[in-house]
Amino acid sequence: MAQQRVIVVGGGLAGLAASVRIAEAGTPVDLFSLVPVKRSHSVCAQGGINACNEVARQQGYSEYEHFDETIYGGDFLADQHPVLEMANWAPRIIDLLDRMGVPFNRTNEGNRDLRLFGGSLFKRTHFAGATTGQQLIYALDEQVRRYEAEGKVSKYEFWEFLWPIIEDGKAVGIVAQDLRTMQIRSFRADAVVMATGGNGLVYGKSTQSVICTGAAAARCYQAGVWYGNPEMIQVHPTAIPGADKLRLMSESARGEGGRVWVPRKKGDTRNPKDIPEAERYYFLEERYPAYGNIVPRDIATREIFSVCVNDGLGVDGQNQVYLDLTHLAPDYLTKKLGGILEIYEKFVGADPRFSPMKIFPAVHYSMGGLWTTFTKGSYNPNDALTKHKSGSRAPINFDIGLGMQLGAPNNSMTNIPGIYAFGEVNFAYHGANRLGANALLSCIFDGLFCGVSVVNYIKNEAPSKKPADSVAQSVFDAAVASEQAKVKRLMDAVDPAGNRNVEVNPYAIGKELGDEMTAACTVVRGEARLKQCLGKLTELKDRYSRLKLADAATWTNQSMSYTRAMGDMLLIAEAIAKGALERRESRGAHYREDHTERDDANFMKTTRAVYDPASRTTTVDFVPIDASLIKPTARTYGKKEASAEPAKKPALAGV
Amino acid sequence: MISTFTNTDANSPLAAELAQRMANRKMAKEGRTIIFRIKRCDGPGKPSRWEDFKVPVPKNANVISCLQYIAANPVTAQGQQSTPVVWDSGCLEEVCGACTMVINGKVRQSCSCLIDDYAPGEGDVMTLEPMSKFPVIRDLWVDRERVFHNLKRVKAWVPIDGTYYLGGGPKESPQKQETRYKLSECMSCGCCLEACPQFNLEENKNEWDSAFIGAHAISQARLFNEHETGKQLKDDRLDVLMGPGGVNDCGNAQNCVKVCPKHIPLTESIAAIGRAVTVRAFTRFFKD
Ligand SMILES: Cc1cc2nc3c(=O)[nH]c(=O)nc-3n(C[C@H](O)[C@H](O)[C@H](O)COP(=O)(O)OP(=O)(O)OC[C@H]3O[C@@H](n4cnc5c(N)ncnc54)[C@H](O)[C@@H]3O)c2cc1C
Ligand code: SF4
Ligand code: SF4
Ligand code: FES
Repeated sequence: MAQQRVIVVGGGLAGLAASVRIAEAGTPVDLFSLVPVKRSHSVCAQGGINACNEVARQQGYSEYEHFDETIYGGDFLADQHPVLEMANWAPRIIDLLDRMGVPFNRTNEGNRDLRLFGGSLFKRTHFAGATTGQQLIYALDEQVRRYEAEGKVSKYEFWEFLWPIIEDGKAVGIVAQDLRTMQIRSFRADAVVMATGGNGLVYGKSTQSVICTGAAAARCYQAGVWYGNPEMIQVHPTAIPGADKLRLMSESARGEGGRVWVPRKKGDTRNPKDIPEAERYYFLEERYPAYGNIVPRDIATREIFSVCVNDGLGVDGQNQVYLDLTHLAPDYLTKKLGGILEIYEKFVGADPRFSPMKIFPAVHYSMGGLWTTFTKGSYNPNDALTKHKSGSRAPINFDIGLGMQLGAPNNSMTNIPGIYAFGEVNFAYHGANRLGANALLSCIFDGLFCGVSVVNYIKNEAPSKKPADSVAQSVFDAAVASEQAKVKRLMDAVDPAGNRNVEVNPYAIGKELGDEMTAACTVVRGEARLKQCLGKLTELKDRYSRLKLADAATWTNQSMSYTRAMGDMLLIAEAIAKGALERRESRGAHYREDHTERDDANFMKTTRAVYDPASRTTTVDFVPIDASLIKPTARTYGKKEASAEPAKKPALAGV
Repeated sequence: MISTFTNTDANSPLAAELAQRMANRKMAKEGRTIIFRIKRCDGPGKPSRWEDFKVPVPKNANVISCLQYIAANPVTAQGQQSTPVVWDSGCLEEVCGACTMVINGKVRQSCSCLIDDYAPGEGDVMTLEPMSKFPVIRDLWVDRERVFHNLKRVKAWVPIDGTYYLGGGPKESPQKQETRYKLSECMSCGCCLEACPQFNLEENKNEWDSAFIGAHAISQARLFNEHETGKQLKDDRLDVLMGPGGVNDCGNAQNCVKVCPKHIPLTESIAAIGRAVTVRAFTRFFKD
């Protein structure tokens, strides 16, 4: 029998970490990516990566506290056990990255420096300048290059994943296309790890890279993989508006002491530097005295939105607020935040060290993703703990296997055996809202911890039934033929029914999709608008089915790839809108103006979206979660009622 | 203004260029239309041709947003139906290195190239060409596999003992971290290679291991030689860099350092590796 192989689709942090772990176990890996893996979207991450550490520990922090923050931050929507395991593993991940040579910022004594991040009162975020994601992906890219040089990893860069091949209910390979030659072919594998990242492009402009269409996940979804919590889309409070992209201004700007404010007086056109303190409305600090500017993202976003849209206090009468760093020493800022401040200066033309930045929320991250399962670990307190706070630490240590059982084949596996989902495309860890600097952690955790599960699956489960190697070639040929037919359909002038009223511009559909989703499915959502949105999506799907490509090239046809992805994005958009419509409550990033309260009895459940191939639509139901470790409590972050009067200035975190 | 982060010497040509860009930015006219003159090529071995496109310039436009406009409206300035221009991009914030091309004769990232800086007036022309040191795939998209291949040549990684838990890495002073961080920002974009007179187009992969390796890989070798564990492979790296296509092929033209978007001290790296190679040559001479 030929050697078993694993396919990893995606070379961001999750895919690279998985490749390293699987190759290390002696299993050859075929690694697919739209772009050279070193250029994956993970390079964009700026702020850092969370983990309990010795300093925080001595101040009363613990892995358990990190777990607790993540559950609370996610508004009690995540299954709790995987989150516990991730938090317990976090310090080991930092140590490993450190050994790989990541240039983490250092203290005078040479220890790893730490910064404050949203949703925590402890410094537990590790960082490498203001380009932490770039530095982490480079370290993993280098390790993968080492395995590549040894022949254990084969890279397929500029290859697009088109379809998972499923035989007898199990993954046996994929269909992919070379984006240069446009060759479509199949690849055999005993397990397929999807690590394809987020879906920001569904919203047109977001903080994500241009390749983040979510199409790969949408294709698995159409092939029968369930999709979890599609409606949970994070809108980041601070981004820089741009013509092609909404560039992120990292939360680290606030973690290092940045303050968000607007002039108290409507239509105040003075230079911000001339507005005295008393006439500035530091609305986050006033409304959330404990957390101030570092409240979690969904909260900051809604407050900015309400100050601009409801109160009309936006700077220059537009939807924007000040993010102010000018009270901090320029040298300090250059050292801690140089990379991100340079982005602002480069694209806006003003130096944030000397004039306050103007920012507004933007679509940023998808908590939802392919649905996955896990095997519970050994930690099982008899009584669920009440909301945990430092001082009443849970009686556990950070041993391996308390949250999830190490090596259980189904960890982070989807409902289809042999298809795994790692990283942002996995719905598991962040519930209804992700805390800053927890994404990089979840990506690497998935790759390292669940990579072992993939190896065990192919050793113990896959071959006993039907190894990919023994599956008839006709299965693979049929899958290739089906993808070739889709391409032909887009190239031909007529739609499947033979109609001639063709639509020629995929970019127009893309723009309308982005505008519609941004208007209906972001900060504030409501029944009527969501229904209207679903109507619009039906119209776009219809127009899409009559599309013809302007570029008929059979060599390197980017419009082809974009247009194909558009069809898949429309289906994900529908799942997002349907999930948002059916979830008649407010939780985390999902805020319904017509159902403003959290409703645990009905909705402390995973939204499960299932694709129905016959009607080409989404059906949604709600499945219970395992919340046996921490009892849900109200998630207020100590909010005080808003007052127009200047409040006493709270102590500033981090300064 | 931009020079505040890059510590550019006020008298350098770079500072003058930045000043010019800032001046352009100030006088840029709103609502103008400019011309993109783009060098196009349908695929390897196919002839190149120039095509002009008229593009209306909104506020904050960059080269990418204009290429997106052309993709949605692929009609030339002469009114002829054409095809969307093909280009490579990713992050759109100058951190992935994908979108590198030659703009108005100079290699740089297209995502961070603001139109206001270069074409402030109505009807101004901007030219876009693919990099010339790498094979063209189509239009502005080139195949930079060699950039990554050369990282393998110098074993640009830390040879760790595997991913099992073995405690943390070595302690490091903040000064050392700053040096390594700077070197580690290299995004393999290839600007330094495009500008280098010693680095030439080489389509035959068999020649890659003897052709000039390039400033980026030399600098990466330095990065890993500076790391406590990375150092273990120092001799292997230096042996490659004193062989054919190694550091001695560098003519010290210093073009590389002038175009590096991340301001990596490439000439410093080249000098440091040059010295290390000399030392290594001596020790090898006495050992062999
Ligand atoms: C601007 C920004 C800043 C951020 N900052 C932070 C931060 O400070 N801390 C933090 O924790 N998180 C941060 N995040 C979130 C975090 O960066 C991402 O969630 C994370 O990097 C995702 O990694 P990934 O490995 O899942 O996917 P990605 O890095 O997105 O990689 C996806 C991979 O899949 C491949 N792929 C996709 N589709 C296909 C296909 N069809 N065929 C073949 N290959 C395909 C791509 O080529 C790519 O290699 C930030 C996000 C953004 C947008
Ligand atoms: S200094 Fe060396 S590497 Fe740099 S451009 Fe000149 S010849 Fe090339
Ligand atoms: S050294 Fe600079 S120019 Fe060369 S590849 Fe790296 S980032 Fe690009
Ligand atoms: S698109 Fe990433 S550097 Fe320009």
